[in-house]
Amino acid sequence: MIVGSKKRRITFRAARYVTLIVGATIMIIPFLYLFATSFKPQLYLFEIPPQFIPKHPTLSNYTDAWTSNSFGHYFANSVFVSLVSTVIAALLSAMMAYAFARFNFKGQNLMFWLLLVGLMVPGMMLLIPQYLLANQLHLINSLVGLILFYVATNLAFNTFLLRGFFEEIPWELEEAMIMDGAGPFRRFWKLILPLSRPALATVGIFTFLACWDEYVWALTIINDPDKRTLPIAISIFQGQHLTNWGLVFAASTIAIVPVIVVFALFQRQFIHGLSADALKG
Amino acid sequence: MLANVPHGPSKPSKAGFVPYLFLAPGFLLFLLTIIYPIFRALQISFYNWGVFPGSPTTFVGLHQYVREMHDPVFWRALENAAVYMVFTVPLQIVFGLSVAMLLVRKIPGRGLFRALFYIPVVTSWVVVSLLFKFLFSTDAGFVNWILHNLLHLSSHNIGWLDTRWPSMITIGILGVWKGVGWSMLIFLAALMGVPDSLTEAAAIDGAGPWRSFFSVTLPSIRLTLSFVTIMLVIGSLNVFTSAFIMTGGGPQQQTEVVLSYMYHQAFQFLDFGYGSALAFTLAIIVFAISFVQMRLFRGGVTRVVR
Repeated sequence: MIVGSKKRRITFRAARYVTLIVGATIMIIPFLYLFATSFKPQLYLFEIPPQFIPKHPTLSNYTDAWTSNSFGHYFANSVFVSLVSTVIAALLSAMMAYAFARFNFKGQNLMFWLLLVGLMVPGMMLLIPQYLLANQLHLINSLVGLILFYVATNLAFNTFLLRGFFEEIPWELEEAMIMDGAGPFRRFWKLILPLSRPALATVGIFTFLACWDEYVWALTIINDPDKRTLPIAISIFQGQHLTNWGLVFAASTIAIVPVIVVFALFQRQFIHGLSADALKG
Repeated sequence: MLANVPHGPSKPSKAGFVPYLFLAPGFLLFLLTIIYPIFRALQISFYNWGVFPGSPTTFVGLHQYVREMHDPVFWRALENAAVYMVFTVPLQIVFGLSVAMLLVRKIPGRGLFRALFYIPVVTSWVVVSLLFKFLFSTDAGFVNWILHNLLHLSSHNIGWLDTRWPSMITIGILGVWKGVGWSMLIFLAALMGVPDSLTEAAAIDGAGPWRSFFSVTLPSIRLTLSFVTIMLVIGSLNVFTSAFIMTGGGPQQQTEVVLSYMYHQAFQFLDFGYGSALAFTLAIIVFAISFVQMRLFRGGVTRVVR
């Protein structure tokens, strides 16, 4: 009896691992193939059977992408836009979250519901009016135009997440600072922000990745090749080069490696942010 | 759950203008770039919008919406988006929940598996759409090699992205593959909150694993299940980048989804009025479906509580 149940447990355990390994393989194989293809010369792209370890490996796709296709420049654009957007979005939403967490004021509920609407409305629904707005503000073909709208798109989610975190910070800490004569801005800057590093990290990672991967808005307002970010550059590589897939995937690899590194380093913040996301329901 | 948590006497009641100073920069930007465009989108949809300087903008009332009703491409696009939803939402829930169930115990390698399933979620839509376009190429594509050369399931190489339904299936497969990790992670968080005592009690009462899953685990994560379903339905009706990059809505607008059609109308044919009407129609459909779902799930929740 005991032996039987032990045997059953071992079978169950094996089945669990086999299922997980099969699933994880399906998740990862496309990436391995992308990576392998990025090292293949154009001639050997469509070999039968497909090679996961290139027979004639070459770095030329990478050097081509980086030098003759100004991919380094697009990479720099993406880093600049994503970093600046992330910092501004984190700061502005932290300020809003502080107001919601620590003060009672007129219009609080209305503002709260408006933010909720902003969270729910599908971004692409606003594409046309936002384009017209960007046009009026002379922000077409400008990285500032990307930054301004990236900040705006991420404000609502960040504010909700940070507000929840700020409310957990004991008021007594602020009272102690008030005794020492500290005003609200000092308390926000010297107490709340430093104590909220984990929440700020979560918000920062989510915003950074959203900006790094963003495609539609950049596609819509950027025509000047000089202002391209990575996602548009990569999609244009695909159309432009008689689809040199090796080049496309070398560029893709350069674009996704930072993402995977960030994700691997900050897994915990990710999961925290997602659970907070789930609580909204 | 979002209602303001009363913070007792801790909130200074006479704050004066201070909170507005904290709110102003962010909220003004938010009003200008998110709230104002919502109303603008509706307004534009009532016009024949002159895009070029000097070209007239004329009020046409509900004409754009009437036009939509008689536009076969719109209906096809809506149908495609609906098919995408029906295909991807249940599969993402079933796979996501299954993987979460397998990972809920603290087994060796759990963190690694969780990460591997989640990597597609953080990768850009542009990259994975191009990648799947490549994997599903007709001649010497990876998937056709498996089906035709390796498993001999197909007598010829399938033109995955050449006709309507195979294209929608391919786009759907990409959607499921990319989305499973997200629902897995949300379910995992919820499952870890289900007390062991509940499932143990069920086991003592003689419930097998299936019985215990359906009568204990599933009801305990009901709220999460409804949240995931609603988010996935919204996300699937808003499918854009994958379809736009993999087929561009072609051939002959056969694989257009609502948002790709909207994009083509607005930024290829420069018909902003019609594009806005399409966008607004989709928003209303999404809103209505979410509303119905919330009512349905709420009813379910109270039944469980009683």
